[in-house]
Amino acid sequence: MKIMSPTGHLGFTPIERGSFDLGVAEKPDAIVADSGSADIGPYPLGADLGHSPEDWQRGDIELCLLAARELGVPLVIGSASDTGTDRGVDRYVAIIEELAEEHGLAPFRLAAIRSEVEPARLVELAQAGVKVDGLNGRDPAGIETLRRTDHAVAVMGVEPIKAALDAGADVVICGRASDSSLFAAVAESRGLPRDTALLAGKLLECASFCAEPFMGKETVIGEVDAEGVTVYPMHPQQRCTPASVASHAMYERVDPYAEHLPGGHLDMRDLRFTALDERSTRVTGAVWRPSPAYSVKVEGAGKTGERALAVIGIRDPYTLSRLDQVIDWSRTKLAERYGTPEERGYEVFFHVYGRDGVMGEFETKPVVDGHEVGIIVEAVAPTPDAAHDVCVLASRNLFYARLPEVKGTAGGASFFSDEVLRARPAYEWTLNHIITLDAEGEEPTRAMQLFRTEITEIGKKAVLVK
Amino acid sequence: VRLAELASTIRSKNAGVDHITFDSGCLSPDSVAELYGVDKERVTSFVVFEPAQAIKFTIRRRRPAGSAGEPDSFGSQCYPPLFEVDIP
Repeated sequence: MKIMSPTGHLGFTPIERGSFDLGVAEKPDAIVADSGSADIGPYPLGADLGHSPEDWQRGDIELCLLAARELGVPLVIGSASDTGTDRGVDRYVAIIEELAEEHGLAPFRLAAIRSEVEPARLVELAQAGVKVDGLNGRDPAGIETLRRTDHAVAVMGVEPIKAALDAGADVVICGRASDSSLFAAVAESRGLPRDTALLAGKLLECASFCAEPFMGKETVIGEVDAEGVTVYPMHPQQRCTPASVASHAMYERVDPYAEHLPGGHLDMRDLRFTALDERSTRVTGAVWRPSPAYSVKVEGAGKTGERALAVIGIRDPYTLSRLDQVIDWSRTKLAERYGTPEERGYEVFFHVYGRDGVMGEFETKPVVDGHEVGIIVEAVAPTPDAAHDVCVLASRNLFYARLPEVKGTAGGASFFSDEVLRARPAYEWTLNHIITLDAEGEEPTRAMQLFRTEITEIGKKAVLVK
Repeated sequence: VRLAELASTIRSKNAGVDHITFDSGCLSPDSVAELYGVDKERVTSFVVFEPAQAIKFTIRRRRPAGSAGEPDSFGSQCYPPLFEVDIP
């Protein structure tokens, strides 16, 4: 079967129309688009807000929905509205309903799979003895960590999505879902084995990122059979080569050989990449390794404070040679006025662009070797007013910093505008953990209750299955 | 020879919210820790990925991506120091 992947993150920047139309002309058997990412940081999940303009999300959904209904093939969209909270699923369902009415689409079945999990529910589970184990070296989450989580989502694997497709859904809107599972579900619902179904997901999840040269938001197609997957791009100037596809197979993961999902992992140790022609590569050799336990990943974010930002520039070479002294002066004046950060629960960060603003502690040459720097002063405090005041005092004291031989005696820094910008609140990824609700070797019936599927007939408005 | 002249792709990107993973070539775990000025314990993974003729190593962030004070939300601009690594 042919699966079309038009974007690696629906709505993040609009889908490129040229290669999308070429993809549709290939008559794919399904269109699959992931709409989520943890790259966008903890704020959208913690505050439960979308991260991209809804107009773009609607535009991408419209393209995919009309094409899928025209072709009569399934459309699967994962991690609705970036984070996959219930709000995101509700928004995408509403958009689908509006588009169906606007375009007068013939009736079709829409499945919504919600996967948000209340932090209070996680507290109950933890109190009942369920371990919330940390991923990638994190400690297990205790009650305190769960309580400071504002929103959490369970990350679904293949099973709930495949079940919705098997129940006859034409369009599936998923809450938080593993990207590769979206593709695997459509392949498995057509009878293909987990090994190649999931391999297809791994290769296609970021659309044109598996092709070269580097281009985003261009459509690629994967042909999946029981032995392997063949990928090729729809943009005329892109190529899927063994190098580009292999490079993508190791993208964004610590372990390039394993893709972990609820219920096991895809073993990619013996992958073989073969060029079929200049633009198509066939991949074989992936093996699904089931695990005894069905563990589900949970992502959570919690608020840590209010934020304010100010933008400052420094041009005087003498001052640039003593930047640390300037910043120390500012920190000293803050402590004099407000007490130390530890005493008073605030934090200030001086992001010095032109020295180490991009890489921070990883910068290998944390020195100024240009003629100016830009400093973003970032303040975090318990209230917006406190964050504002700390930010103002910190930035004005870059201006007032006392250096022994400075020639400019009218101010040691340039204010971009002597204003403080109220920024989004600070959030933190509190949960990057897994929970296992079912005993090893048992059917994961408790885990499946994390994923609530509702199927409606669009155009008739009747709830069919709940 | 500079690594930048040998490798066609050198990149960095988030691997989950706590780590930045680097895809390059011709390095060792010790050289990576020294280059980026971090304790060896924070280089949490170092793997040879033969299909892409690549080395993949991963460094733990001080705070999770997107936390206040943490630069480079996507971890996507931490690779340029690798360009200058001298390959004998």
